[in-house]
Amino acid sequence: MATQHSRSAARAMMAPAVVLLLGWMLIPLGMTLYFSFKKYLPLRGGDLGWVGFENYERFVSSSAFWPSVQATLIIVGGVLAITVTLGILFALLLDQPMWGQGVVRILVIAPFFVMPTVSALVWKNMFMDPNNGLFAHLWRFFGADPVVWLTEAPLFSIVLIVSWQWLPFATLILLTAIQSLDGEQLEAAEMDGAPTIKRFWYIILPHLSRAITIVILIQTIFLLSIFAEIFVTTGGAFGTKTLTYLIYQRVLESQNVGLGSAGGVYAIILANIVAIFLMRIVGKNLDA
Amino acid sequence: MGRIVLEQVSKSFGDTEVIPPLDLAIEDGEFAVFVGPSGCGKSTLLRLIAGLEDTSGGRILIDGEDATAVPPAKRGLAMVFQSYALYPHMTVRKNIAFPMRMAGIDRAEQDRRIEKAAAALNLTDYLHRRPGQLSGGQRQRVAIGRAIVREPAAFLFDEPLSNLDAALRVGMRLEISELHKRLDTTMIYVTHDQVEAMTMADKIVVLRAGVIEQVGSPLELYKTPRNTFVAGFIGSPKMNLIEGPEAQRHGAHTIGIRPEHIAVSAEGGPWSGVVGVSEHLGSDTFFHIHDTGLGDMITVRADGEVGFRHGDRVSLTPRMDVLHKFDANGLRIA
Repeated sequence: MATQHSRSAARAMMAPAVVLLLGWMLIPLGMTLYFSFKKYLPLRGGDLGWVGFENYERFVSSSAFWPSVQATLIIVGGVLAITVTLGILFALLLDQPMWGQGVVRILVIAPFFVMPTVSALVWKNMFMDPNNGLFAHLWRFFGADPVVWLTEAPLFSIVLIVSWQWLPFATLILLTAIQSLDGEQLEAAEMDGAPTIKRFWYIILPHLSRAITIVILIQTIFLLSIFAEIFVTTGGAFGTKTLTYLIYQRVLESQNVGLGSAGGVYAIILANIVAIFLMRIVGKNLDA
Repeated sequence: MGRIVLEQVSKSFGDTEVIPPLDLAIEDGEFAVFVGPSGCGKSTLLRLIAGLEDTSGGRILIDGEDATAVPPAKRGLAMVFQSYALYPHMTVRKNIAFPMRMAGIDRAEQDRRIEKAAAALNLTDYLHRRPGQLSGGQRQRVAIGRAIVREPAAFLFDEPLSNLDAALRVGMRLEISELHKRLDTTMIYVTHDQVEAMTMADKIVVLRAGVIEQVGSPLELYKTPRNTFVAGFIGSPKMNLIEGPEAQRHGAHTIGIRPEHIAVSAEGGPWSGVVGVSEHLGSDTFFHIHDTGLGDMITVRADGEVGFRHGDRVSLTPRMDVLHKFDANGLRIA
């Protein structure tokens, strides 16, 4: 039983962690808000005073803004579509009993342990390089002209790289979900006359719906902020400038902290809209 | 129609033979119960008939046609699973409609059959609910409803009552028996509970280690068990099996006498012993009698009023006309 005494002791012991976490979140957030209302150019005069909402107006009216939102949505949407579809397929395959199951599962999960920068560089130099990349050799083997991936299909290339990194995560979550399906339900559906495809559609997929929403939720939060993959491949060129990357360019390349901070506030709002939207779906799913 | 015949059907998992070749015929409209201790292969046998497992040998005939290689959905059999296997994301109505939807039966006919099944099973008020919102007994009825609407040649039940509490089990037992009388369809029912077998079956199939020990009506099995295993398995409490000099006196290796066929009195019987535990059921009392000189403890049924106490010395009189005799191999001596 919690007494008055043990409750206040618990509060005192939790306090440092709570203060640390709050500080970690509130100080950067407060500074971002503070700078977003200032004209602050570190190399061109420093703090030049309050400007009201001017930074917010300039960030949105810039010609780079809407294309960056579009690029962000394409990358997030593309990666989600690929990882969820292939993730379900891989999970179904890995669920089948086979020889060397343990090793295969570890191999499938392995890409998740590779750092984003490293995996993007490996893809750029070993697979997608138009002269020496594996893909170029493959194309030439069939007599085709090698594709200059990062120039000709830059968004698709980045989607491919990021999907490769996140597919293990989706597969892992969906595999555990499939394993929790009661085998008798599938047998009952078989007796009820449902062939394999319909058993997948009516029994397995509804069973996975919760896991799929969780995969989408978690991945969206992380995918909105991908940076390293763009930085080391296209450097934001060829229409691969996402909102995150645009903010980085405003702050560090243009040395305009105020403008970048305003963009940061937009990004916070966008992420929260997505989070609220997805949390409602998950909440509804968890009730049922 | 639903006559099911097994010819030399066998099943092995790898090197382990679970069911050696066996023959069995279940007539149309019959209520057949597969009963045996756990691990005796009764569920496997049911799954072979359902088509959920492939046979390792032999043939399965349904209404005279070879169904050995026919997929489960095409055999015209409906199964009720131990876990009910309801689809959790569908309402009761959709659960019941599922097999008809898969068969492409038109909407009006689907609704007609659902209403009929729901009325018969007391589910009309629950059609819009999901399985998670139902009690165990209601889930059981939904599972039966899903089987009924297919109008199958035979129903297969895999220990359907083992997840219910004792009172509900008795109720559902009656409902299933009632359903069988009304539909007059073949039913095959798997259980490890000999009370369920005795109360429901037209024909009981007693299995041990994949081998059929005896097939017969409940009373045949009760009156003339073919061997000591069936003798000990059918009837509650268990038949007393006595070996040694007392058995030899009757010209057998083992003699069996049911607790209800022994009279207990203060004195005057051929056997005597000391009362151990008494189980008072109100209508009956079961005495466990020790130190009889007959080997193991003897169970005796007496009237509810008989008031012997722990440690009393009593006398036992077996009814010689219902004494069962078995030879050294455990087989009945006629």
